[in-house]
Amino acid sequence: MSKREFKVWRGDAAGGKFVSYPVDVEEGMVVLDAIHQIQRQQAPDLACRWNCKAAKCGSCSAEVNGKPRLMCKTRLDSLPDGEPVTVHPMRSFPIMRDLVTDVAWNYTVNRKIPPFTPKKDTQWLMQQEDVDRVQEFRKCIECFLCQNVCHVVREHDKKDHFAGPRFFVRIASLEMHPLDSLDRIPLLKKEAGLGLCNITKCCTEVCPEEIHITDNAIIPMKERVVDRYYDPVQIVIRKLTGKDKKD
Amino acid sequence: MVIIGAGGAGLRAAIECSAAGLKTALVCKSLLGKAHTVMAEGGIAAALANVDNQDGWTTHFQDTLFGGKYLNNWKMAEFHAKESPDRVRELEQWGAVFDRTGEGKILQRAFGGHTYRRLAHVGDRTGLELIRTLQDKGIHQGIDVYMECTITRLLKDGPRACGAFGYWRETGKFVIFKAKSIILSTGGLGRCFKITSNSWEGTGDGHALGYQAGAQLLDMEFVQFHPTGMVWPPGVMGLLVTEAVRGEGGILRNNKGERFMEKYDPKRMELSTRDVVARSIYTEVKEGRGSPHGGCFLDISHRGAEYVKKKLPSMYHQFKELADVDITTGPMEVGPTCHYAMGGLKVEAATGATRVPGLFAAGECSGGMHGANRLGGNSLSDLLVFGARAGKGAADHARSAPAAKLEEAEISAAADEMTGYFSREKPENPYQLHVELQNTMQSLVGIFREDGDLKAAVEKLQEYKDRARRVGVLEGNRMFNPGWHLCRDLQNMLICSEAITRAALLRKESRGAHSRLDYPAYDEYWGSHNLLSEDRNGVMDVQPMPVVSSPDLQTLVDERKAKEKK
Repeated sequence: MSKREFKVWRGDAAGGKFVSYPVDVEEGMVVLDAIHQIQRQQAPDLACRWNCKAAKCGSCSAEVNGKPRLMCKTRLDSLPDGEPVTVHPMRSFPIMRDLVTDVAWNYTVNRKIPPFTPKKDTQWLMQQEDVDRVQEFRKCIECFLCQNVCHVVREHDKKDHFAGPRFFVRIASLEMHPLDSLDRIPLLKKEAGLGLCNITKCCTEVCPEEIHITDNAIIPMKERVVDRYYDPVQIVIRKLTGKDKKD
Repeated sequence: MVIIGAGGAGLRAAIECSAAGLKTALVCKSLLGKAHTVMAEGGIAAALANVDNQDGWTTHFQDTLFGGKYLNNWKMAEFHAKESPDRVRELEQWGAVFDRTGEGKILQRAFGGHTYRRLAHVGDRTGLELIRTLQDKGIHQGIDVYMECTITRLLKDGPRACGAFGYWRETGKFVIFKAKSIILSTGGLGRCFKITSNSWEGTGDGHALGYQAGAQLLDMEFVQFHPTGMVWPPGVMGLLVTEAVRGEGGILRNNKGERFMEKYDPKRMELSTRDVVARSIYTEVKEGRGSPHGGCFLDISHRGAEYVKKKLPSMYHQFKELADVDITTGPMEVGPTCHYAMGGLKVEAATGATRVPGLFAAGECSGGMHGANRLGGNSLSDLLVFGARAGKGAADHARSAPAAKLEEAEISAAADEMTGYFSREKPENPYQLHVELQNTMQSLVGIFREDGDLKAAVEKLQEYKDRARRVGVLEGNRMFNPGWHLCRDLQNMLICSEAITRAALLRKESRGAHSRLDYPAYDEYWGSHNLLSEDRNGVMDVQPMPVVSSPDLQTLVDERKAKEKK
């Protein structure tokens, strides 16, 4: 059995540092296995979140060698040999302890999104091809890696004016639901701050569910906002029909 | 109202309670939406008859009883079969997006033990869809969610349950919830075993909290080993491989290439009930016909890459990323994994009430619905049907219950227990004790059991209980300390493990998920009796009780029994 050095960030809101731990490496091992081994043998109080260990719950998000990953899905043999593996908590959220961060902001944003509201007298029939896109968005496991890596959150800390990629996906899943009746375009333009996104696709790159966040959710939503607010023909039509007052 | 556990059952119960106008607190150990329900993959069993129009509640009821080897609470199985279609439709109305039939209805797939194609599903991530839908419904309905809060004890006012004591995982500070009704919906106990599909949360908390508060445990000997868990690499051993792989046509083979289910259940083959398939795989491995890593082969590649990726996307990724296996081109290796507790708190079928006034239970931590073996797909429907029923039952109780008062002495005892883990002189390592407990349960109380092993396990458990009094915090403070958490979890796992082992020792027959090498056949007496465990002055007492039957359902049961004999 070979050994591998792990440098795990230990600390709390007041500060912390990387601590080295030697780990016995087994075949097929993932980073979360190593963290568990460290808990069992060397640091019984090492705090981390995890649940399913199968990339289905999105609890064990962290930055492994600087890259946002799910620890349960990151195999040690995919990381460069011969150098320590660093594990750091997600950087865009306040630290609670060790690898655990305060992700409460995400839950606050979610509460502000008006829920699915079906059309009146719907027959509850939908064709598969009409729900494929919505199902893609509903694959989201809320690991918040996309939120963590988004520049608007990470560098500019615009949490008060921006919903973030996770919730653009959520809003898109509702807006594209064939039987939903609400209009969330004003929300996207204003409170959700969709315009702040400059489509660098960082969110898409880190999504463990391989949701095409930028191409399939954000860009179509941006188009809907543009159609509504900036298309001159639409503006004239709304002026004539008096329909722009609601915004 | 306090609901402990925010998986499918807890969320559904919370929605019911808050819809009834009650102030509802939902407390969970993890973040909201991370509960083990997300691991349910294959689907929700409900006789919607969208695909096979002959289906109906009577067949679903009969399938459930046949799967449970007639030890189910008949009334629960009836409510479940009758109400699950409405619960599924309701989910759709709350925003769930199921896979569709050609006509645009909810698509249903085949599953083990179900006569007809019955499982409403979303690819192989149905549990995620369920929990996300309930979560979004719940938070917009005014439920107060208390995340990362662990309940360590129920508080009582005389015979009544009236509160819960726990702590915030972030700060380690204690918290007390006062309530007129409490619902336990904490899920399973798979962490008692070494090879399990359960997350760290499956430590039998509700089972143990309820038991300690005076409720009874039912059918604890019946622990379901899901036939198909991953067996390699070591880190993911036990991780679930959905039954949907077999539902979509997956074939099981041994290392000789034989389709061995032909020997064990030629009629149902791979879609036999889980107890049968798990034992068949175990037997093949034991007799030397296993795969390289101690399992067998499960092959779905004949369905074609595109189909597999569409219908089983997370299985495709799981094997590709974790085991370097492409399931669209070759077989995967699988073996049995501890998956589900049929046993749980004994409840009233209609309301989820335990015998402790004010205390209710729903979902996996309750017992009776599934008898000796649960059918795949019946757990998600169970969560919805009995989550809603317990929610209503608890709400009705809360409306008529007088105000309760909390006992100072109980609160300080609960606090002392938790701080005590910090003041052991030479603390026992909780991680080490947990590993030993898991090994014991796996090797002595696993798929096949016998008298000598079970007696040895009882002795071991006594030793572990003594040691569990000495477990303590080895390092760190009260802030988000997993070692501290495990100290308390161990107490719950030990209660569950003891109940499982004692009941298994008493049931001298093989039935459903309980297989005795020394009593390999059915026994007539045991075919009509459940086992009930309760605390009598600190000692666990296990007694048989007759199955809860119902005269109006007798014809349906007799009809099915006669059909099986043919």
